[in-house]
Amino acid sequence: MRNRTRTVVTAVAAFVLLGALWEITKLVLPAAGVTVGDIRLLPRTDDAAMPHVWTVLARLAEPEVAGAAVARPVWLAVLAGAAFTLVLAVGGLALGGVLGALLALVMQRFALVERATLPYVVASQTVPLIAIAPLVAGWGGKIAIFGWSWQPWASVMVISSYLAFFPIAVGVLRGLGSPARADLELFRAMAAGWWTTLLRLRMPASVPYVVPAVRLAAAAAVVGAIVAEISTGTRGGIGRLIIEYAQSATADPSRTYAAILGAVVLGLVVAAVVGLLDVGLRRYRGSVR
Amino acid sequence: MKGTSAVELVGVDKDFGEVNALSGIELTIGGGEFVSLIGPSGCGKSTLLRVVADLEQPSAGTVTVGGKPPRQARVDQEYGIAFQQAGLLEWRTVAENVELPLHVHGMAKPQRQARAAELLELVGLADFAGSRPSQLSGGMQQRVAIARALAPSPRLLLMDEPFGALDEMTRERMQAELLRIAGETGAAVLFVTHSIPEAVVLSDRVVVMSPRPGRITEIVTGRRPAVGKAAELDPDDVEDVRESSAFFAAITAVREALRKGHEA
Amino acid sequence: MTTSKVPHRFANLHGDSGVQVGKTVGKFGWLPPVVFGVGALALWEVVVRVAGVPAFILPTPSAIGAQIVAQPAVLLSTSWATGLNALVGLVAGFVLGVVLALLAASSRLLSDLTTPVVAAASAVPIVALAPVFTTMFGSTTEIPRRLVVMLVVIVPVFIATARGLRQVQPVHAELMTALAATPWQHARFVRLPGAIPHIMTGLRLAAPAAVIAAVVAEYFGGLQNGLGSRISSAAANTAYARAWAFVAASIVLGLLFHFAGLLAERLVTRRTLRRTP
Repeated sequence: MRNRTRTVVTAVAAFVLLGALWEITKLVLPAAGVTVGDIRLLPRTDDAAMPHVWTVLARLAEPEVAGAAVARPVWLAVLAGAAFTLVLAVGGLALGGVLGALLALVMQRFALVERATLPYVVASQTVPLIAIAPLVAGWGGKIAIFGWSWQPWASVMVISSYLAFFPIAVGVLRGLGSPARADLELFRAMAAGWWTTLLRLRMPASVPYVVPAVRLAAAAAVVGAIVAEISTGTRGGIGRLIIEYAQSATADPSRTYAAILGAVVLGLVVAAVVGLLDVGLRRYRGSVR
Repeated sequence: MKGTSAVELVGVDKDFGEVNALSGIELTIGGGEFVSLIGPSGCGKSTLLRVVADLEQPSAGTVTVGGKPPRQARVDQEYGIAFQQAGLLEWRTVAENVELPLHVHGMAKPQRQARAAELLELVGLADFAGSRPSQLSGGMQQRVAIARALAPSPRLLLMDEPFGALDEMTRERMQAELLRIAGETGAAVLFVTHSIPEAVVLSDRVVVMSPRPGRITEIVTGRRPAVGKAAELDPDDVEDVRESSAFFAAITAVREALRKGHEA
Repeated sequence: MTTSKVPHRFANLHGDSGVQVGKTVGKFGWLPPVVFGVGALALWEVVVRVAGVPAFILPTPSAIGAQIVAQPAVLLSTSWATGLNALVGLVAGFVLGVVLALLAASSRLLSDLTTPVVAAASAVPIVALAPVFTTMFGSTTEIPRRLVVMLVVIVPVFIATARGLRQVQPVHAELMTALAATPWQHARFVRLPGAIPHIMTGLRLAAPAAVIAAVVAEYFGGLQNGLGSRISSAAANTAYARAWAFVAASIVLGLLFHFAGLLAERLVTRRTLRRTP
């Protein structure tokens, strides 16, 4: 327990120090930055480029648009944006996760499928798949499926699920293949079928591989959703909010930072949820040899 | 300085929390003497060796290694140590592994290379100086570890079940090797084992220990082969010992001491 | 962050995230993936043509290929711009990641301070920082993007290095104690050489991530000279086949970095030899 307290205290201290570092940078470096020739080596540190930490926090409480009659405060806008993106990212994660797990199952069952598709699944983790985001964005409003007209947010979810799909497929496949030979032979000796082996051995044994895969996929889904919002121009999400605020950053710099803070919180919330999953599946953790 | 004793333990206790791992240990190892520690698991034989090596601090009593407190003895490299795992560094060649203690203590490169070559000759691995540890068999790796332990020319060799992971045939060969090396270097050896024949064939004295609390129950005279000229111990001499009736008598004595300790 | 879990919580970020998954394949092991790849391309071509899929959903591979053939110079120059950003960020992030991990390994306090920040960084969308870097450094320089790449790279390199430095075999630790080695000697003789395979694994994982970050950072504004900005502008101009040609170029760039990282890892690991687990 004392250890946990220490962890929490140092973690808080770390982020406070990070804030302090920001302020010290502002204090020490020249406001216009340092430019050698055409290349700016050190950043501008004036209030427009690097607002004070407290200015950003204070900005959260102020109305989104100064002087507007019924304006919502920035924190509410950021929160709403983050929640919107959260829903899309979680939806993408679920969709990509289910499809990825299905592909892994098929690959596990049929060696030929594994051999044919695995190189592509592996390669896909190393290429900038997210590059296609602006292209999926083009679907918005142009196609209809069974009378349901394609919405921009659906593009966001598709991109997000696409990014979540591959880590999960690889993680589940590794996990399903993880039981020791002796364990597999034991199940064989008991004349257990493929399904029984899958349910009683492979799936429990895969947990230590799947949980990190989900963690990775969740982070990818969040990044995917944010980037997709930006390239699709989908309104309502935190990614779009960052860009909108950034465009008026010269007049109101701290608002951009407030929105980025929202994206950070979003990423941490998703990671925390996956962490809960990890805790819930704790008993399966030791099943790897 | 107290004469020529390599290790002196007086009234040594070691507690791990509630567990009384060692209790009232009295033991003196003479210069050049080969002493084995034997006993069931949990009798504290490894702990005793680790106390001598200054890897554990005794809870009570005094420990003297080469006339010095253990910490000083460790810093001065009064002893060399070998564990059950060879523990060689994979990114160093065999020769560089032997050089490691000398490297750590700042010996110049030409000297330590010469010393490593000498030691590899001693353990019969001169041809493998440039090999990687993973290219060697388990027995060969253990011989490298022994050469490494001998690098700073210690007067005392501490060995914690060094042959525990080897097969029986390799093990017997290694025992003969170790006897020859110990004779040649004249170093005292403190040797932890759970094999009765191994303890008997190697040792001048076999220290029998029993658990809860870890203590010495009996000391049996071992059957280390007498060697006229140290460097000329022949494997056949060791073979002769193994087939002698005195060897079997000593084994019986150790076994009975172990049983008594168990019943007590 | 707990460290004793097996495999580690970053297991997938780390180690053999895929290639070794496959079973040992025989002489014709390359055949199924090649057949699948060619088949998928052919199916794509046929389906798009027969079903009349509009280009904004998916252009045909042949149309994309024609675009690639039509403008190799532009593809090369944009790939170069993005690739250079990725490379500069990768090198800077790699050096910083290793140095930070070394610092963190040297003291408990530093480790406790850096670990939560890096753990948080691995969960948050770092690319979202691109706009503020643009404000800080100006929109006419590549520095904001390189900074984003650097931050993205630091995370896996730090995690891999820190883990390598932690994984010391107990027997080696005992040996160094028995040899009365100083902490610095412990690091130099045991920890650092033992960590090198992990550090190289970190580099291999970070290399393609650098390309991804470099491409994505371009979506957040700034200079219009790289692959990412070309993809979005081509898509905005409804030149879908051209956009896909730039996508293809970024895939090639990503694979290039991946294989370069893999090669570096293999070379260094072969030289220092991976410890047998």
